[in-house]
Amino acid sequence: MSAVVAVAGLTLAACGGGEDSGSKNLVARAKEDKKVTIGIKFDQPGLGLQTQAGKPEGFDVDVAKYIAKELGVDEAGITWKEAQSAERENLIEKGDVDFIVATYSITDKRKEKVAFAGPYFVAGQGLLVRADNTDITGNTALNGKKLCSVKGSTPAQKIKDEFSKEAQLQEFGKYSDCITALENGSIDAVTTDDVILAGFAAKNPGKFKLVGDAFSKENYGVGLKKDDAESRTAIANAITKMQTDGAWKASLESNVGPSGYKIPEPSPVTEK
Amino acid sequence: MFDFLGEYDILGAFWMTIQLAVLSAVGSLIWGTILAGMRVSPVPIMRGFGTAYVNVVRNTPLTVLIFFCSIGLASTLNFNLAATDSPSFIVDNNFRLAVLGFVLYTSTFVCESLRSGINTVPVGQAEAARALGLGFTQVLRIIVLPQAFRSVIAPLASVLIALIKNTTVASVIGVAEASLLMSEMIENESDAIILVFAVFALGFVLLTLPVGLLLGWVAKKVAVKR
Repeated sequence: MSAVVAVAGLTLAACGGGEDSGSKNLVARAKEDKKVTIGIKFDQPGLGLQTQAGKPEGFDVDVAKYIAKELGVDEAGITWKEAQSAERENLIEKGDVDFIVATYSITDKRKEKVAFAGPYFVAGQGLLVRADNTDITGNTALNGKKLCSVKGSTPAQKIKDEFSKEAQLQEFGKYSDCITALENGSIDAVTTDDVILAGFAAKNPGKFKLVGDAFSKENYGVGLKKDDAESRTAIANAITKMQTDGAWKASLESNVGPSGYKIPEPSPVTEK
Repeated sequence: MFDFLGEYDILGAFWMTIQLAVLSAVGSLIWGTILAGMRVSPVPIMRGFGTAYVNVVRNTPLTVLIFFCSIGLASTLNFNLAATDSPSFIVDNNFRLAVLGFVLYTSTFVCESLRSGINTVPVGQAEAARALGLGFTQVLRIIVLPQAFRSVIAPLASVLIALIKNTTVASVIGVAEASLLMSEMIENESDAIILVFAVFALGFVLLTLPVGLLLGWVAKKVAVKR
């Protein structure tokens, strides 16, 4: 009898959750529904890539799966949603996604709208060149060179501010367009966060190489609703656990390792 | 609230939009007129080319066309429109490729507008002109086209307005016009996205509305009363 009551109570609670799921925090909802919606990139090999078969793969995806598991949701309960750069804050604020793992740099401006847990990875801006290129060795050897990045992106802006007088900047809509142009020789280097470049290099073995030292720091965080402090802590704990139990390193090694990218030591989680 | 707008060169971006639109409009008018001439010409091969060109290009998405100009023509086939060793090669080349793409595309709409204008000229006029001994190009240049143009000012205004808005597509190959600046501002000012959209929407309204009003007035003034 008491079991029946308990089941009825659970069902009622679940119904209530369905109606005003916005008022419950992510941890409570994940525990109850065994479902989460996660925003990732669909077009970044090695990080977040939607494959032909329809299953996303990459480092960001592994981090997202790990966090979901820590929240009590297995892979079947995850709904993947594309989170394009310009839409990320909106997706979180409207509640279209529970959290976002998509090369999402933690910045003060973004913190005004969303909360971050992390960083789960620290990337630096890097350069990708053709494997046979010898004259570009770093960001000081870019005089008269043609660089490519994605329109509107922070790396492109940095190049404009710091190098545009000596280097020429080509902006395309997608990184893959830059990779095409690099491959056929009409540009000399692609620039953006080094780990993104490593993903492309790993996908096209032998064609490209990463050069130079990182010349900026991007802290990738997991974005979620601004006032959900409990979930932020839970996600931060999940990240720390992933970094210490070896899953973090293993994922990076299989996703971007083949490019020759040096896997760094995990950086401490500061947003929690 | 509006203070961040001063950090960006919004006027410069719209100036680029205007340059793209004006150069593409002039080019499209010329190439579109030639195409219209081909489509009504007595030579079958020219009619065939005109029809094929208009139907293929008009039905190709503009984004595909512009992107093809950049990745296909310039980067793969090495068909560049600027000196490759110039320090501003990428900027110049992209701008000219974009204008080329807009001309190729918009001229098909100019051609079709103009052809409908040619159809408003009574057949008797062309017959009379031929009876006077004028050749095809003379009939077209002296008798038909001047009347045709006067009757299609209003549709051409629509084509021009569409062109002004279409220049935003040039951002896919990195031409620094209004919508490229908009993506940069959306990336940086995520807390004021609605305001950013409003500023650019207003900018385009300021560009297109006077064009429509002015050309609408001109169309009424010069229309051929039959």
